[in-house]
Amino acid sequence: MTRSAMTERAPWYFVIPGAVAIAFLALPVVALLAQAPWGDLAALLTSEAALVALRLSLVTSIAATLVSLVLGIPLAWLMSRSRAFGSAWVRALVTLPLVLPPVVGGVALLLAFGRRGLAGQVLYDVLGIQIPFTTAAVVIAEAFVAMPFLIITVEGALRSSNRRLEQAAATLGADRWTVFRRITLPLVLPSIAAGAVLCWARALGEFGATLTFAGSFPGVTRTMPLAVYAALDVDRSEAIALSVVLLLVSVAILVSLRGQFLQGLRR
Amino acid sequence: MTVARFLSLAAVAILTAGCTSNTATKADTTLTVSAASSLTEAFTALAAQFEASHPGVDVALNFAGSSALAEQVNSGAPVDVLATASQSTMDVVTAAGNATDPTVFARNQLIVVAPSSNEAGVAALADLERPGVLTAICAPDVPCGAATATLLEDNALAITAATLDPDVKSVLSRVIADEVDAGIVYVTDARAAGDAVTTVQIPSGTNVSTDYLAAVVADSPHPGLAGEFVTLLSGAAGRGTLAELGFLSP
Repeated sequence: MTRSAMTERAPWYFVIPGAVAIAFLALPVVALLAQAPWGDLAALLTSEAALVALRLSLVTSIAATLVSLVLGIPLAWLMSRSRAFGSAWVRALVTLPLVLPPVVGGVALLLAFGRRGLAGQVLYDVLGIQIPFTTAAVVIAEAFVAMPFLIITVEGALRSSNRRLEQAAATLGADRWTVFRRITLPLVLPSIAAGAVLCWARALGEFGATLTFAGSFPGVTRTMPLAVYAALDVDRSEAIALSVVLLLVSVAILVSLRGQFLQGLRR
Repeated sequence: MTVARFLSLAAVAILTAGCTSNTATKADTTLTVSAASSLTEAFTALAAQFEASHPGVDVALNFAGSSALAEQVNSGAPVDVLATASQSTMDVVTAAGNATDPTVFARNQLIVVAPSSNEAGVAALADLERPGVLTAICAPDVPCGAATATLLEDNALAITAATLDPDVKSVLSRVIADEVDAGIVYVTDARAAGDAVTTVQIPSGTNVSTDYLAAVVADSPHPGLAGEFVTLLSGAAGRGTLAELGFLSP
């Protein structure tokens, strides 16, 4: 921002709605923090139910992030390099879970992987495997909604990375896997990290698809957001305490990504 | 995929999201009634009766688990009438001074439901204890879950449920969609589902019943109308409609 822009007075018709917007966004956060049972926080968060939900959330969100990395990076590479994979259709499909209401995602997952679903029926009839109501179902639901964050972040980085370096490596005799491993991957590593953090945050917050597709059972499928929802009816302070944890994690994620976002501003 | 199955899944989606369903049309006065999920069919019919006898009044219905509704009222939700599926959930509201003198207007009992195919061969409550029988029940915090817990305790059964759902309609939807082998719901829910489920009676000596209570919310802007709605529930017309749907009289 230049000095002249700072000294210039902002017109009221921007200042007033802008201030309302800030208040609107800040008030719920302030309310949550103001009503948080700070004194009992430690006791509430070390209760059996809270610990079980915390552990399950960590395990499933990390698993969903790993699944997203393993499947998402190759797809991001294909989308950035191949005409077929880079088509508008593939792009729309990858973006869809970002805009789809998660509960609709849950219904769709049920219709696909439920024991009467398109793929789930085969699994159930042939192998006797039922996915819903298992921890695996939670991972599937989380990966479904979170993977797009990783793919889109990494694909953007691959697209804008310097191809000349890859071409130079190829001219010097490196095969495609070596080029990817030694040149491409290090170039986009910061974006992979940023995409993975965003993906993990989205997985950690997943609620609608999880409840619909995986159900809600302590230690198996009741993750932090589901535990907040279940506790809200019974023990409000427990629900607020769990919410504060999720809020703090979100803030920590923002801080960790600050460099990534501010890079653009500093230029 | 049949339309019915899609609708039942959509119902899971809507219910589990904790959404509210409003039957709102343009009218002079809107009476907001929050009722337990298990009252969905009964209150939809009763609201229509009430609207017919009160021209210019529109009844907006909001169905969810009783605990969630009680919590909403205590948080200042603009509700005129609250109907819960248990004494304890109503107590939460009366203890906070947000409603007085609740009326018991109906009772309900539990029943085991299985998908219409009943491939797991569920024939008695005790079958839910069998390994491999995937069962959905209500979370113990909502009335149907509390009643279910009492039922299982009374019958000395220890079942490991696949999911503890936030309201009874979610349990029913999972059974209808054949995602679980069995579920425990209210008799009235099983009746409303008709042929979509196989029902397995629980002998009356070992069954558990739950009371339905209704009260005018303290901050109701229409206490007179709200009182009339509560009166309708206990009156002859209300009793008739409730009995038709399988509710027991208090």
